[in-house]
Amino acid sequence: MKNRLKVLRAERDWSQGDLADRLEVSRQSVNAIETGRYDPSLPLAFKIAELFDLSIEDIFTSPSKES
Amino acid sequence: MHKSPALRRYNYTVLGLSLAYMGALFGIVALFRTRPPHGTLAYAAAILPALPLVGIFLAWGRYLTDEPDEYIRMLTIRQTLIATGFMLSATTIWGFLESFGLAVHIPAYAAGILWFAGLMLGGCVNIFAVRTGRS
Repeated sequence: MKNRLKVLRAERDWSQGDLADRLEVSRQSVNAIETGRYDPSLPLAFKIAELFDLSIEDIFTSPSKES
Repeated sequence: MHKSPALRRYNYTVLGLSLAYMGALFGIVALFRTRPPHGTLAYAAAILPALPLVGIFLAWGRYLTDEPDEYIRMLTIRQTLIATGFMLSATTIWGFLESFGLAVHIPAYAAGILWFAGLMLGGCVNIFAVRTGRS
């Protein structure tokens, strides 16, 4: 699933490890989500959205809307 | 490399159980060679080396339950499925070869060894999938 995680992380000057620590997941998880190789569960997606103070739709692109 | 407290606990448990397995195996083999037990005691003694291995299977199940990172859990479940599929396929094929007299008899506990080999295979598949961007 496409997402803006890398951009949002870069805006805050966070490394993947920094974001992983804040989300309490592994750096591998952040990398897999960022590159679209893994779609997070709803609870983790909410956690990501709350961390950036955005809605899930502001971060993740619905697969049905991907061109 | 991700090392959650759950993975660390699993590693320590496996280390302890592996030592217990080695001790039980050598002890029981020596016992059957020198003073073979009889009756119920023989059954209990023969099963003894299997118990630490059963413990390792249980520890793996507990790790799968306790691992808090959902992505790592997904990779581990895939690794487990590959191991189980590998073990079932290999034992089924070997069983037919054995039935038609084309292969020697192998003890049933080889299934466990094949499952552990399958875990290594699953780990390799995970590494390949991650490195090639296939999750």
